[in-house]
Amino acid sequence: MKKLLFWFSVLLSGILFGLGLSVSTMIQPEVVLSFLRFEDFGLLLVLGGATGLTLVVYQLAPRFLDRPLLADQFGTKPMETLKRTLIGAILFGIGWGICGVCPGPAIAGLGAGNWPLLIALLAMLLGAYVQGRWFAGNK
Amino acid sequence: MDLNTLFPNGIAHYLVGGLLIGLGVSLLYALTGLVGGMSTVYSAVWSFFSKLPFFHQDSLVRSRQWRLVFALGLILGAAIWLRLSGSEPVITQIPWWQLAIGGFIAGFGARFGNGCTSGHGICGMASLNLISVLAVIVFLVVAIITAQLFASLGIGV
Repeated sequence: MKKLLFWFSVLLSGILFGLGLSVSTMIQPEVVLSFLRFEDFGLLLVLGGATGLTLVVYQLAPRFLDRPLLADQFGTKPMETLKRTLIGAILFGIGWGICGVCPGPAIAGLGAGNWPLLIALLAMLLGAYVQGRWFAGNK
Repeated sequence: MDLNTLFPNGIAHYLVGGLLIGLGVSLLYALTGLVGGMSTVYSAVWSFFSKLPFFHQDSLVRSRQWRLVFALGLILGAAIWLRLSGSEPVITQIPWWQLAIGGFIAGFGARFGNGCTSGHGICGMASLNLISVLAVIVFLVVAIITAQLFASLGIGV
């Protein structure tokens, strides 16, 4: 039963994420590019709203709960070294600035029928493969 | 500058959408303890198709199931919204080569630096991780420069 609830929670969380990306029109790369060109600053409200709420929960949940309601422990985000993170961020910024699509919207956009995003999704998969194949560092 | 200049399309849908995204990531954490960045799934799926040891590291293989279910949720959420809003799908006019080249570089970069707009942006900053905060500043600035450069040169949409 707990197992079932666990998977339902993961799915429900994803559904909320996908709803949010759709409501905020972030699944339209044109809207993202209009932010990057300073024509509409809405993206900052999306990022701010999402991060603000998550900040509260990320900081408070481990203080009030011994463990997550359906699992054994709170996870932490895996991190790269500072150097790799910054190089990755520069490259991600270039790619994102070219196409206006990030990994989440590339997936969610398909559900809303924005099918050309499949091209971006496949290209991202290829980029992830090349990274793992030839640029994995010492892993 | 007034609000209409900064936000010509209004602010409500941006805030509501952002809060919904935050609710999803928060719920995932409070219920399952999982950190819901979206870029790792792009490496994790290769564990199904490639024998390369890199794609079979524990962190990818053990997380691939929930990451795929989470990704399925994203598609479902967007589909539900399309149904509820009753609007026609908005098909992007960005040319295919722009999506392909940008997507490839963004996918590579996100995995090289272990995080994207949701991983470093939402989850990393919400964890008060300084490296993530730096990453967000860097990719925002670089993306702005790139997009403005392309626009001023008249390349793409």
